[in-house]
Amino acid sequence: MDTTGTLIMPPAGSTIASEVDWLFYLILYISIFFFVLVVGAATYFFIKYRRRGEIAPTSQVDHNIKLEIVWTVIPLAIVIILFFLGFSLYMRMNIAPKDALEVKVTAQRWLWTFDYPTGINSVNELVVPAGKPIKLLMSSNDVIHSFFVPDFRVKMDVLPNRYTSVWFNAPYPGQHNIQCSEYCGKGHSEMLGIVKVVSDREYTEWLESAAGPGEGIDLESYGEQLFTSKRCVTCHTVDGSLNVGPSFLHLFGENVYLQGGSQVRADENYLRESILAPEAKVVDGFEPVMPTYQGLLKPRDIDALIAYIKSLGQEQGEQQ
Amino acid sequence: MNHSQSRPAYLAHHFSDPAQQRDASKLGMWIFIMTEILLFGGLFLAYTVFRTLNPDMFYNAHKHLDLTLGTVNTIVLITSSVTMALAIRSTQVGKKKQTLIFLFSTLALAAVFLVIKYFEYSHKIHLGQLPGRFYTYTGIEGTNPHIFFSIYFTMTGLHAVHIIGGMVVITLMVVRTFKNHFSAEYYTPIELTGLYWHLVDLIWIYLFPLLYLVG
Amino acid sequence: MNTIPEINYLNHPKGIKSWLLTLDHKRIGVLYLVSILTAFLLGGIFAVMIRLELLTPGRDIMGPQTYNQIFTLHGAIMIFLFIIPGIPVALGNVVLPLMLGAKDVAFPRLNLASWYIYIVGALVALYAIFSGSVDTGWTFYTPYSTETGGAVVAMTLAVFILGFSSIFTGVNFVVTIHKLRAPGMTWFKMPLFIWSIYATAIIQIMATPVLGITLILLALERIVGIGIFDPAMGGDPVLFQHFFWFYSHPAVYIMILPAMGVISELIPVFSHKKIFGYRAIAYSSFGIAFISFLVWGHHMFISGQSQLASMIFSFLTFLVAIPSGVKVFNWTATLYKGSIWLQTPMLYAFSFLFLFTIGGLTGLFLGTLATDVHLTDTYFVVAHFHYVMMGGTVMAFLGGLHYWWPKMFGRMYSIKWSRIGTALIFLGFNVTFLTQFVLGTKGMPRRYYTYLDQYRPLNFYSSVGSWILALGFIITAIYLIHSLRKGKPAGNNPWGGLTLEWTTTSPPPTENFQTPPVLTHGPYDYDTADVKPTI
Ligand code: HEA
Ligand code: HEA
Ligand code: HEC
Ligand code: CUA
Ligand SMILES: [Cu+2]
Repeated sequence: MDTTGTLIMPPAGSTIASEVDWLFYLILYISIFFFVLVVGAATYFFIKYRRRGEIAPTSQVDHNIKLEIVWTVIPLAIVIILFFLGFSLYMRMNIAPKDALEVKVTAQRWLWTFDYPTGINSVNELVVPAGKPIKLLMSSNDVIHSFFVPDFRVKMDVLPNRYTSVWFNAPYPGQHNIQCSEYCGKGHSEMLGIVKVVSDREYTEWLESAAGPGEGIDLESYGEQLFTSKRCVTCHTVDGSLNVGPSFLHLFGENVYLQGGSQVRADENYLRESILAPEAKVVDGFEPVMPTYQGLLKPRDIDALIAYIKSLGQEQGEQQ
Repeated sequence: MNHSQSRPAYLAHHFSDPAQQRDASKLGMWIFIMTEILLFGGLFLAYTVFRTLNPDMFYNAHKHLDLTLGTVNTIVLITSSVTMALAIRSTQVGKKKQTLIFLFSTLALAAVFLVIKYFEYSHKIHLGQLPGRFYTYTGIEGTNPHIFFSIYFTMTGLHAVHIIGGMVVITLMVVRTFKNHFSAEYYTPIELTGLYWHLVDLIWIYLFPLLYLVG
Repeated sequence: MNTIPEINYLNHPKGIKSWLLTLDHKRIGVLYLVSILTAFLLGGIFAVMIRLELLTPGRDIMGPQTYNQIFTLHGAIMIFLFIIPGIPVALGNVVLPLMLGAKDVAFPRLNLASWYIYIVGALVALYAIFSGSVDTGWTFYTPYSTETGGAVVAMTLAVFILGFSSIFTGVNFVVTIHKLRAPGMTWFKMPLFIWSIYATAIIQIMATPVLGITLILLALERIVGIGIFDPAMGGDPVLFQHFFWFYSHPAVYIMILPAMGVISELIPVFSHKKIFGYRAIAYSSFGIAFISFLVWGHHMFISGQSQLASMIFSFLTFLVAIPSGVKVFNWTATLYKGSIWLQTPMLYAFSFLFLFTIGGLTGLFLGTLATDVHLTDTYFVVAHFHYVMMGGTVMAFLGGLHYWWPKMFGRMYSIKWSRIGTALIFLGFNVTFLTQFVLGTKGMPRRYYTYLDQYRPLNFYSSVGSWILALGFIITAIYLIHSLRKGKPAGNNPWGGLTLEWTTTSPPPTENFQTPPVLTHGPYDYDTADVKPTI
């Protein structure tokens, strides 16, 4: 299997990918054939029969039943074949093997959450064992999104009122991009994620470390890790620049202006509330689009994030 | 044939004779009527989708429509179609006074229809049987009964808009009849108004069983 | 020497009022022409802004919210204000009655009314743009469109109004074609442009009302929350997509059929040859129109619709490709042993053949279920539809404009500059959009404000292409406007055409013909009729 991709296709990261590519190239060759046939002939006629001065005598044949039947029936036969090839592959892409590992996917503006059967979850990072069929059962908390992994050639809309699913089997360890491909607003192009295909052993290790996270490191650095791994980084910065959400630089201890005119001091409790119930106090000038992290973070994670945000404020204090 | 002398005033310059003009107008009207049917077609489709999804709810909800008022309104509209047809007939035979009487009766019947509709609507509004978000009524079993009322109000509302539109056009015809625009030779506008009015009637004939007689 | 007739529809009667209240189909056509070109310019400016923003990843000239509004406006303006009215209202209005040998369309007042309705629709759209704008994409998908801020209701209202304009034009043309043909013009002596306008009008009449009701429901959903499309209230967002595409798929054939009609005129005239397969071309328009109503679900293969539905839609999608293929083959066959005159309209016809074939064939990748899963909602789709809409319809529109320009305004444009313009547009177009096919297969989703670093080089080339394209259009605009005053008088029949519009003066008088025309030959009978180009 080819893992670097061809000139126009991305690397083939799943078992189904090479089959899709095969069909893609088949259609491509058929298309090139017809393109050359039509445009090649037209170009040739344009050059050969170009008018040089006076109008040359022209053939006035205006139909030819045999020819017309040929160019109706042959394309018809071709497209019927294409239809069957496309349809049978599509069915195989849609019906997941029975023994597939099932992961629940929740999409919301603008991040992906993955819930594993063992009860742990991850944000924007899907870790799966290599060589096993994986089935994703997906739903959305707000608008329609679409789960797309180009390297796997899979894509499926994620809807608010029902479950949809995709499955894939990634035979080799490696990393693949997830991109949201149904327009969902401001953060649509940054609703990205990663599929990490790992060996069985790494997968078990990961499950364990995700279950008992951040042990052995201090809260601040663990919070810094979470800031990226829980995707706060999608909307927040730590350098003072504005993104979808406010920056965390010098946030701690500041007076925050809220929508509706009131003010609040950014202490630990405010930060905690902002993470778990973001819509309770909305910062002035921003839209209430931050998802709640209720259930996604353990108590220690929240402590760590707060410690990290605190560290960003203290720096300034030292400088002054 | 010399056009310039035999051309009646109502014949537009780009038509060669009255028959051509009349045919053209009628064809145009028929096509327009087709678009109207398709406009409602979309709503009928939405109706079908949600009725298939929640047959019980539809059944329960429809019992809250007033069958008597609905039936009366059906009769009123059918009668108005008859008076409209009679109005056309009277113009064709050149009886201006009769035409006016029939046009006025059509208008009156249309008004009756709207008044009855008004009572139906205000009763529902009073009970909170309103579309979607405003639905507050609690007496109907089944999932999402507000959708039935969303569909009911959208369909009958759009139909009522058509009734009002029709009344405007009929009033225009009354004025033009007064001014002697029409004659036994030229009555296309009235005829087209009639076509339109029959369409409005016809749509109700479909709405009535679908909404009031679910079973 | 050719001269401009002293009294023609352009200069008689005079004054702004005589234009704004005109019932003359040619003047209404000119009003429409100016209107849709303005829309095209606006849409094009938005397009160039899109490409500027996508020059590099991250912010270049605007933020994500603005970007989302810009591509929505680009799509909505191009579709609803430019390409759907497009060829029928501008070129069709002017030449359809002339080609039929009629004095006017059947309902001149309705014709003027549709222009005013169009303008009202455009003004409401402008209002929507300035009062909060719209960021839903031109497809208005729920539930996003019912939740987001901005002037979505105003925009749906605008599109609703524009729909009326479209319906009225359709009704008018159908009746005109039925009732106002010159003596001797039987159905099968009609020029193919008329056939295609007829098929288009049928789609307009049948599909537009469904869009109308969809927009009413969407607006009601936003205003009073009727809950039909809102999942939170038991509604179904996918139902909206069905409604939307039930109109918008046939709408793509509203865009392409008139273009195909124009090409069917250009190729025989500039090859001085009978068109090959007249009946096949005429019937295939109706084949396309009919099947086009049954394929809408191919936009929804991954939307969650049932697999059975996807299967049926995929199959029907393939069927609709066949009549298009028939036309393409017939045009090519017409070129065979012709006497091909490389004038600007013919260069555009060639561009059409080249670009539409690519656009259409890439439709096959999208109609095939398994490959569409990978390609849908990526730049592959973006490239596909620009190849058919811009490469197909806009090329044909420009070809038709250059072909009928001397008839409409009585003057010729600079042949040299028009060739330069055509070449730049053709080149710039391919640079802009050929790259996007690869971006799509590589997996870049559409409607992306920023993108992964791996897509950087191709996006850069695509943006450069858009500048070449813009340059081509600016040149085109300049020489066309220049020709209005300074161009050489064109004469009645500069290209040697056989259809009836070439028998009257350029520009024609208000009543179209000095004497009512009587048909003596078919539209493409170059073997018997004796005509010669005069420039
Ligand atoms: C002018 C407009 C136009 C035209 C003419 C077409 C023509 C076609 N389109 Fe396209 N299409 C659009 C405009 C158009 N399209 C738009 C705007 C969208 C996206 C909207 C959005 O999402 O925003 C779209 C999207 C779109 C999709 C959905 C993609 C997705 O979102 O996943 C599909 C899928 O089937 C499709 C298919 C086709 C096909 C099969 C044709 C066929 O009709 C093409 C037929 C022509 C040929 C095939 C070429 C000539 C034929 C030959 C040379 C003969 C040999 C041929 C054979 C072997 C068959 N189109
Ligand atoms: C008719 C339809 C049409 C046309 C012609 C175009 C033309 C162009 N389009 Fe667009 N496009 C759409 C319809 C069209 N588009 C639609 C429907 C969408 C989807 C929107 C959505 O997702 O909701 C889209 C989306 C779209 C995208 C994807 C955005 C995204 O998904 O994030 C991009 C990106 O490159 C793009 C680029 C362009 C470019 C560079 C042109 C160029 O070809 C433009 C060139 C034109 C000019 C530069 C104007 C110059 C004009 C003059 C100077 C006046 C001319 C006067 C005379 C000729 C007399 N378009
Ligand atoms: C989808 C975007 C998004 C993501 C992801 C996100 N936030 Fe936010 N956040 C916002 C927005 C927008 C606001 C401002 C509006 C509000 O207060 O709700 C905000 C506000 C906050 C505030 C209050 C800031 C202030 O200036 O008062 C805190 C604290 C916060 N977020 C922490 C987090 C943490 C911790 C994470 C990750 C675990 C996170 N956010 C992830 C969008 C996001
Ligand atoms: Cu989520 Cu786009
Ligand atoms: Cu389509």
